[in-house]
Amino acid sequence: MAGTPSTVRTNSRLIKWIDTRLPLFTFVQDAAIDYPEPRNLNYFWNFGSLAGTMLVIMITTGIFLAMQYTPHVDYAFSSVERLMRDVNYGWLLRYIHMNGASFFFIVVYIHIFRGYYYGSYKEPRELLWMLGVVILLLMMATAFFGYVLPWGQMSYWGATVITNLFTAIPVIGNPIHTWLLGGFAVGNPTLNRFFSLHYLLPFVIVGVVGLHLIALRQHGSNNPLGIAVKGPQDEIPFHPYYTIKDMFGLGVFLVIYAIFIFYLPNALGDPQNYIEANPLQTPPEIVPEWYLLPFYAILRSIPDKLIGVLALFASIFILFLLPWLDTSRVRSSYFRPIHKWVFWLLVIDVFALGTVGAHRPEGAYIVVGRIATFYYFFHFVILLPLIGWFERPLPLPESIAAAVTKKTAAAPGAAQSGAVS
Amino acid sequence: MADLAHGKPGAGTVPLADHAPTTRRDFLTVAGYAIAAVGAVCVAWPILDSMNPAADVLAAGAPVDIDLSRVQPGQQIVVLWRSRPIFVVNRTPELLKTLQDPRDISLLSDPNSTAPQQPEYATNWHRSIQPQYLVLVGICTHLGCIPSFMPQPNSVSPGWLGGYFCPCHGSRYDLSGRVYSGVPAPYNLPVPPYRFLSKTMIRIGENPPDGGDFSLESVEQI
Ligand code: HEM
Ligand code: FES
Repeated sequence: MAGTPSTVRTNSRLIKWIDTRLPLFTFVQDAAIDYPEPRNLNYFWNFGSLAGTMLVIMITTGIFLAMQYTPHVDYAFSSVERLMRDVNYGWLLRYIHMNGASFFFIVVYIHIFRGYYYGSYKEPRELLWMLGVVILLLMMATAFFGYVLPWGQMSYWGATVITNLFTAIPVIGNPIHTWLLGGFAVGNPTLNRFFSLHYLLPFVIVGVVGLHLIALRQHGSNNPLGIAVKGPQDEIPFHPYYTIKDMFGLGVFLVIYAIFIFYLPNALGDPQNYIEANPLQTPPEIVPEWYLLPFYAILRSIPDKLIGVLALFASIFILFLLPWLDTSRVRSSYFRPIHKWVFWLLVIDVFALGTVGAHRPEGAYIVVGRIATFYYFFHFVILLPLIGWFERPLPLPESIAAAVTKKTAAAPGAAQSGAVS
Repeated sequence: MADLAHGKPGAGTVPLADHAPTTRRDFLTVAGYAIAAVGAVCVAWPILDSMNPAADVLAAGAPVDIDLSRVQPGQQIVVLWRSRPIFVVNRTPELLKTLQDPRDISLLSDPNSTAPQQPEYATNWHRSIQPQYLVLVGICTHLGCIPSFMPQPNSVSPGWLGGYFCPCHGSRYDLSGRVYSGVPAPYNLPVPPYRFLSKTMIRIGENPPDGGDFSLESVEQI
């Protein structure tokens, strides 16, 4: 037999036979068993694999929901109610999927803030980061389309408000709006195409996640110290060290997720969505799902339609520029005495925006909303480049191994990284 | 460039690239890409255009007749036309007076209806054919919610003269659908094409015989 025989470690001749022809086992061995990872990864590095798990959960439950769901304005709401009452375990599938969207976003937001704190977007991982932002955008679109499907009041009016964002575009805005809806208002053609897109986009996400992982493997994972791996002494194999760590984190995560599914299934949703859509009655207040609130607050804080819509999109697209807005050459905030604190200002700011987004734009909420919107952009466009120039980073340890084995004050990262001890 | 077509490499032409003279092959490559691009557009167009409103959706836009004698003074009724809510209000003389109140006018963003949000025949201080009857598309020009009809003075805020309040992001309009300044909505509420069939019947979706060919496609913002 020509070509190289399989190098997969097994005694099974069948596996060797298959692997020589279709190297799946070698792939798994290289990617998930022998794969070397920095030895000092902390629990924030669990969130990547958690996000992957959530994607699988969403696609699996979604496929079974779609078997019961009817994408027609006259039947959509009742088909979801039937799913909840008559279909065996339909309520479970739906609650897993509905709360899954929330938990998917929690995981991904922590994953993003992790990357921000440890400078994982810096050279040479810029494209890895940007692919992540693409995934975030696709997730937002997917969740938006999904939320329209149960055809409750919030589904309908959320869809109306979000699709109307496009009418802010001069000249071509209105034709684009009609084209998106397939009619003059959100209606049956809209529901049909949103169902089609809601089914499609998760698989597009799978594709982009693939690219994200290819880019990840090119330079390997970043780590809490933000310094590059210098040799085998800085690394440990993925299995068993990180397989067990990922499994443990997954267990803790699933317990929390299950508490919501079984005991608080509607805590994160809006009761308005259990009222069937009524095109003649706008609910007293339209609020998107919690994971979109900060961006919604930015939209509402600006009393000009076009600028408000531009600011909304800019607040997400600015993340694409992060690798170049951060001028510091040091990755990890452990070694950045100023940025370490400024990081938390952004976290507080995003929470403030989220709170503002959930309330009617009145009184103090308007003021806080405007200040927080201003700060959001100020943080990225002004503060970040300036800090990079003026801040004097702490001295970096000479290697990961040196930092984690020498438990002295020299490496602030060492004491906190629970990965190896 | 004529040489290009005849494929005489470099003879008397300025080469496109510094080093390699233009060849017949370059021409074929460019032409090939151009044909492929045209082909891609020809395939994409039907697919994308299929998402536009279909014939049945367009046909559902037939005109709607309304009997105004059913609308009490000070009352608003809502009818659907082209799946959009249409507000029809019977404005009392007191309500009409607010429209010319200088306090009202000074707070409006487009008091004279200069933006093309209404047909010619409704470009006046009352934004309607007859002052008494107001006909509007009840869709906020911000992001599409349905503004609430709040005719009572002081009902929205102290000094409120009566008008529309949008629950979504707080846009305000007066009783002719003119938008106040300092709110997110950029334009006045649109006036649909309509005409009087008799003293008490109107038809929404048709212009008066001498009223031009106004349609909602030409408004700035719905
Ligand atoms: C990225 C992955 C996904 C996200 C973030 C997501 C998000 C959502 C959300 C937020 C809802 C509304 C839940 C509610 O309030 O009832 C929903 C509903 C729905 N989704 Fe997904 N989804 C994803 C993947 C999928 C996939 C792959 C399918 C089908 C193959 C699917 C099928 C459905 C169906 C049929 C509904 C309507 C039933 C219901 O409302 O519970 N989803 N989705
Ligand atoms: S939709 Fe009316 S104010 Fe935003």
